[in-house]
Amino acid sequence: MPNQNLRPPTIAVTPKDYQDLAKKLTPKPTIVRNSFWAFMVGGTICALGQVIINLFAAAGLGRQEASTAATALMILLGALLTGIGVYDEIGKYAGAGSIVPVTGFANSIVSPALEFKREGYVLGVGARLFTVAGPVLVFGITTSIVVGMVYYLWH
Amino acid sequence: MNLKRVGNQTVVFANPPVILSSYSVVGPMEAQGPLGKTFDKVWPDNINGEKSWEIAESKLLQEAMQGAIDQAGVPNDQIDFMLAGDLLNQIISSNFAARKLGLPFIGLYGACSTMALGMAVGSMLIDGGFARHVLVGVSSHHDTAERQYRLPTEQGGQRSLSAQWTVTGAGAVILGQSGAGPRIPAVTLGRVLDYGETDAGNMGAAMAPAIADTILNHLQDLQRQPTDYNLIASGDLGSVGANLTREVMQRSGTPLGPEYTDCGLLVYDQKQDVHAGGSGCGCSAVVFAGSIMQRLKAGELKRVLLIGSGALHSPTSSLQGESIPGIGHAVVIEA
Repeated sequence: MPNQNLRPPTIAVTPKDYQDLAKKLTPKPTIVRNSFWAFMVGGTICALGQVIINLFAAAGLGRQEASTAATALMILLGALLTGIGVYDEIGKYAGAGSIVPVTGFANSIVSPALEFKREGYVLGVGARLFTVAGPVLVFGITTSIVVGMVYYLWH
Repeated sequence: MNLKRVGNQTVVFANPPVILSSYSVVGPMEAQGPLGKTFDKVWPDNINGEKSWEIAESKLLQEAMQGAIDQAGVPNDQIDFMLAGDLLNQIISSNFAARKLGLPFIGLYGACSTMALGMAVGSMLIDGGFARHVLVGVSSHHDTAERQYRLPTEQGGQRSLSAQWTVTGAGAVILGQSGAGPRIPAVTLGRVLDYGETDAGNMGAAMAPAIADTILNHLQDLQRQPTDYNLIASGDLGSVGANLTREVMQRSGTPLGPEYTDCGLLVYDQKQDVHAGGSGCGCSAVVFAGSIMQRLKAGELKRVLLIGSGALHSPTSSLQGESIPGIGHAVVIEA
């Protein structure tokens, strides 16, 4: 029912009809194309990560250490590409493909750091560093605690 | 006393105020758009050496307002009010520009409809005999809007296809009692309508009902048809909102013809990857202060209806799940 307080005339469409109309006229996300690019870019980032792990391993690091070193390098890469203004351009096409890998996590930390630096290091960078990554950490850590407890009780 | 109110929502002026000058300042992306040559000043980049996006936006507004003052050649002591607004919290772009310009200041907030709102209020001040000249200006800035309403500018996410791109730019006009220039014979101030759109990435859909409502009332109040106008331009509905406005007007018995368009569709090229089009206070302001004013002066347009469109939500209200109220303010401009 439209607002009864509106003096006529007003538009001859009910809110329900309008919402159906809006749904019809709003373009749908291009899921196939988005998925394709997410797969391609996400896959490339992961393959690059694997190459780096192999290189570290070939240089003499153990499997675990090579993995850790490669993750650190990927984070550096994500942060660097964010800093020089490239990562958001990649993200525009890749979507989840560049958000999900660890480079995306770096982007989600570095982009608020850049953005809020002008409000100072304490209340700007410090307070708002996790505006994007915060929910991921909160629910990621919560899930790991729950899974850990289930695992502990199971065994 | 002779009342100037007509019909539901319209004010018809006894002595239509004159737009003595207009001035627009934009960022590089707007300058690369189809209207690039119509703007008075183009910044080389979005920050132009200022220390923050916010200060840059305020500087844009200040330059547009100073440009309009200089072009009109009106001395400062004859400008009785400065009306300005923008999208930032507590309208700081306007406040800071007012700090520099030193004129009696009325801050306005109509979201992206503020240019039309300012021209309407300014015209009433002049025709009411409260002012000799009124300076009206608004601004928006892509990066200040992103960080306030959405995410950090360097965050790598995807925008929805219905999302719009906030115009980096400011537009200003000087209104006067007499002189040469297009006139404002009537204005129709809008009502807030909310048809339940909750997606802040689809603001065109949130605002379209209010725009259609204002157009319907305007036409009825003045007993006119859409074809009585050479151009009916909404402020920043973008492709989704403009299509919805056409559809809603059709269903309400007043179909809009080719005279209808939207400033958000005019300001960027499809190739610029802005999705549904331009948005922000600056969108209708720079299109009006640039292209539309030039076409009026050239005699190409005789009578224009500019309907500023505003989405009256905040990031907080959206997070709390509230739907987005919309508003439309219409200003008639005649060559």
